[in-house]
Amino acid sequence: MRYLPKSPADRDAMLKAIGLRSVDDLFAPIPAEYRLNRELKIPRQMAESEIVDFFRQRSRENGDGYTSFLGAGAYFHYRPVIIDSLISRGEFLTAYTPYQAEISQGTLQSIFEFQSMICELTGMEVANASMYDGSTAAAEAVMMAVRLTGRRSVVVARTLHPEYREVLATYATHQGMPLSIANYGQDGHLNLQELEKSITPETACVLVQSPNFFGIVEDVEAIAQIAHQHGAMLVVSIAEAVSLGIVEPPRQADIIAMEAQSFGVPLGFGGPYCGVIATREKNVRQMPGRLVGQTTDKQGKRGFVLTLATREQHIRREKATSNICTNQALVALMVNIFMTIYGKIGLKELAKQNLAKTAYAAAQFAKHGKVLFSGSPRFNEFVVETSEDPYAINSRLLGHEMIGGLPLKKFYPELGDSSLWCCTELTTRSAIDTAVGLVAESERSVRSAKEEVEEVAR
Amino acid sequence: MKRSTPKATRHVNQNEGLIFEKSSPGKAAWKLPPLDVPEVDPAKLLGKAERKDLGNMPEVSEIEIIRHFTRLSTWNYAIDLGMYPLGSCTMKYNPRVNEAVARVEGIANGHPYQPEKISQGALQIMKTLSECLIEITGMDAITLQPAAGAHGEMTGLLMVRAYHQSKGNPRKKVLIPDSAHGTNPATAAMVNYAVENLKSDARGMVDLASLKQQMNEDVAALMLTNPNTLGVFEQQIHEIADILHAKGGLLYMDGANMNALVGKVRPGDFGVDVMHLNLHKTFSTPHGGGGPGSGPVAVKNPLEPFLPAPVVVAKPDGTLGFEYNRPHSVGRVRSFYGNFGMFVRALAYIQANGPDGLRQTTEDAVLNANYIRKGLEGSYDLPYSTPSMHEVVFSDKLQAKKGVRTMDIAKRLIDYGFHPYTTAFPLIVPGALMIEPTESESKEEMDLFIEAMKAIAEEVEEDPQTVLDAPHSTRVSRLDETAAARKPVLRWKPGN
Repeated sequence: MRYLPKSPADRDAMLKAIGLRSVDDLFAPIPAEYRLNRELKIPRQMAESEIVDFFRQRSRENGDGYTSFLGAGAYFHYRPVIIDSLISRGEFLTAYTPYQAEISQGTLQSIFEFQSMICELTGMEVANASMYDGSTAAAEAVMMAVRLTGRRSVVVARTLHPEYREVLATYATHQGMPLSIANYGQDGHLNLQELEKSITPETACVLVQSPNFFGIVEDVEAIAQIAHQHGAMLVVSIAEAVSLGIVEPPRQADIIAMEAQSFGVPLGFGGPYCGVIATREKNVRQMPGRLVGQTTDKQGKRGFVLTLATREQHIRREKATSNICTNQALVALMVNIFMTIYGKIGLKELAKQNLAKTAYAAAQFAKHGKVLFSGSPRFNEFVVETSEDPYAINSRLLGHEMIGGLPLKKFYPELGDSSLWCCTELTTRSAIDTAVGLVAESERSVRSAKEEVEEVAR
Repeated sequence: MKRSTPKATRHVNQNEGLIFEKSSPGKAAWKLPPLDVPEVDPAKLLGKAERKDLGNMPEVSEIEIIRHFTRLSTWNYAIDLGMYPLGSCTMKYNPRVNEAVARVEGIANGHPYQPEKISQGALQIMKTLSECLIEITGMDAITLQPAAGAHGEMTGLLMVRAYHQSKGNPRKKVLIPDSAHGTNPATAAMVNYAVENLKSDARGMVDLASLKQQMNEDVAALMLTNPNTLGVFEQQIHEIADILHAKGGLLYMDGANMNALVGKVRPGDFGVDVMHLNLHKTFSTPHGGGGPGSGPVAVKNPLEPFLPAPVVVAKPDGTLGFEYNRPHSVGRVRSFYGNFGMFVRALAYIQANGPDGLRQTTEDAVLNANYIRKGLEGSYDLPYSTPSMHEVVFSDKLQAKKGVRTMDIAKRLIDYGFHPYTTAFPLIVPGALMIEPTESESKEEMDLFIEAMKAIAEEVEEDPQTVLDAPHSTRVSRLDETAAARKPVLRWKPGN
């Protein structure tokens, strides 16, 4: 086996040194009746070339080369090549959690820079690095608010990513945390009257997403005011990190739970991604996840260490703020490098291109179909209502190697034949025009079919 | 250094400040293509939600970024540089073909919501990996959704709870041995189970008499790591399972130490009902400085209805798809389908090994741990003489007489060119040195390690101060952790 660095002679010499005759003696502690006396029934040992072929074949069966208009919590942005060159360095890739600070300063300093940039972008004072993804970050942020307020119930916006809501429901089940849902209004924003009605003196926090699942930027200031008036905290989930380049961050929030996938992380069929929790300094001791702090060594030199570990499971066991141990560190490094590359000016320009492409696409769709919530400020997603079932439209788009918007029926039955479309800086005008053309064709044929039926009826 | 070591030599490496300290207006590492649609006015589109300023985000060029992170990287130790004997962490070689195949376009760029019709490749990867892991563990069904080991523990205990609930009573507590990882009790708390400690016997195994006494209808499960954190195989595992099952309880196995078992023995064959795996340990996906991981949970049939939704199924037309309609499911534990990129890497690892390679891997891992044990016996105290599997735990009892503790020895090991072992864990061994070489170490590398550890033991006798002041050869030494926690500085700000 090519990963194993021992010759048969090495093995013999080692067994001899230990004083054993055979490898079987090493497994003597395992009672004989449980030992596996046959080969595992798994694929045979393959050559590297065969492994590469296998995955290339799977890639061809996986929509390779299709143009996509999908967003909904996973965004296709350009990934500068230096991200992969840098994270492929073995010193980052094959290092463990930086508990031994003296030989982990590279990882520790990069995490410190990550925390700093997340604070700059979110308007918060501290950020961890990292949580599993945006959904678990939101659930853990809510549990953090429960600990901080001593209250137990939670009001969740229905415009929070439906899968984030499902994850929160799972986490909340056995915590005795009642969840209530506040619906959206006609403009696609969280309905503030409904929010007001849902909050009780037992509400620990309000959880909203902005830009929300429909791509609409919520009025965070107004939501914060309502939450705070009732002594509840505001947790804001951000699923599309690139929005932070041009959309004012939710500075009025008490906790921000983010998905940073948009910052240089491949779509990867849903993971690994990078969740982050950011908050005010006064809340830090209830925050889950690893934190890096600046300190000095015995000669007074600046250095970095993992800190505030008394929140964590390896010290506090059942009294820890969370059970999280392994996180998404290498993905956080991708995010870190991405933020460094685009920086202060680039992130803004990048976000502006997303805004422009989306504004163009929405306007084109509006000419032939109906764009819902069109008066509300949005970032890079919008909802299109069609006359035909969007699954049928998407099926035709697939014939042109195009993946249409996400049909919303499954999550929002009341929206009927609507779908959620996304454009990023990588979406070309010609792709938008082609997709709009195909949707328009369907609209026309549905319309003429309807007219025909009406004609016959007459 | 008192002794010369053939393993490491000092050499110059570069100093490097924080990236913010290199920033100045007008530098850039990015370039966007010309916009092919009309420009927009953000103020008009976003109104008061328009962001005007991005604060102190850096402005630097590409070469500076390359040098910045490359310089930082040289300050890290890594498996690629040498032995990383962290007990319980399984720091094995991370094969590069795993990285290559995870980056093939259709795999790296697949969107989680793209139609199933054009997701057959990803679904096939998930299905094949699931089948392999089920065969390796001897279990009946699996979910790949949990993102890490602790997340898998939570998922497993949620299923335990749902199972008991379906029988009418979710039960109240979980038994956890005193040698367990901290994640076990922290997880039990998240699923709202009380934690009851279970003590170990003189051999470092579960004390059967205590288990019998503590087991009753309030106990939902025992969370057991096997081999346990002493690297000892729980020889009475089936009796343990029987005691639990007799009172309706379940046996949860923490699969952190599965690297000692693959291809040799299967948890499903010795009475385990539910377990998690760490793909970032046993199945070679890189630790990456702390993550990402992946924590699949495998179960026996009675727990199958409770798996998180969705699960991968073969449809009547022969294609693969996701099944969401799972009325008894514990629900979702993560968005989408889990850390898919890690599934790709783990499957590539299994393919590169095959059944013979995986078995040889396990044998080498156990051989290596026992070789180190033999090499260091006499120089360090061995608190439990029970046979070792893939890791061995010593204590600092002999060195403590000179005032030198496990952390000091660990720091001195750095000067000899090695990453330290795990210190002060498991908690049942005062001053523990927990060593797991994995199969990835050659005889030469381990001989150097043994030599280094023996040299340190001698230093402790002759010149303990050298060990107490270690490391001597690193950029920084013995950072002030107390100050870091007392007045936390958790971000850079201009002027600090």
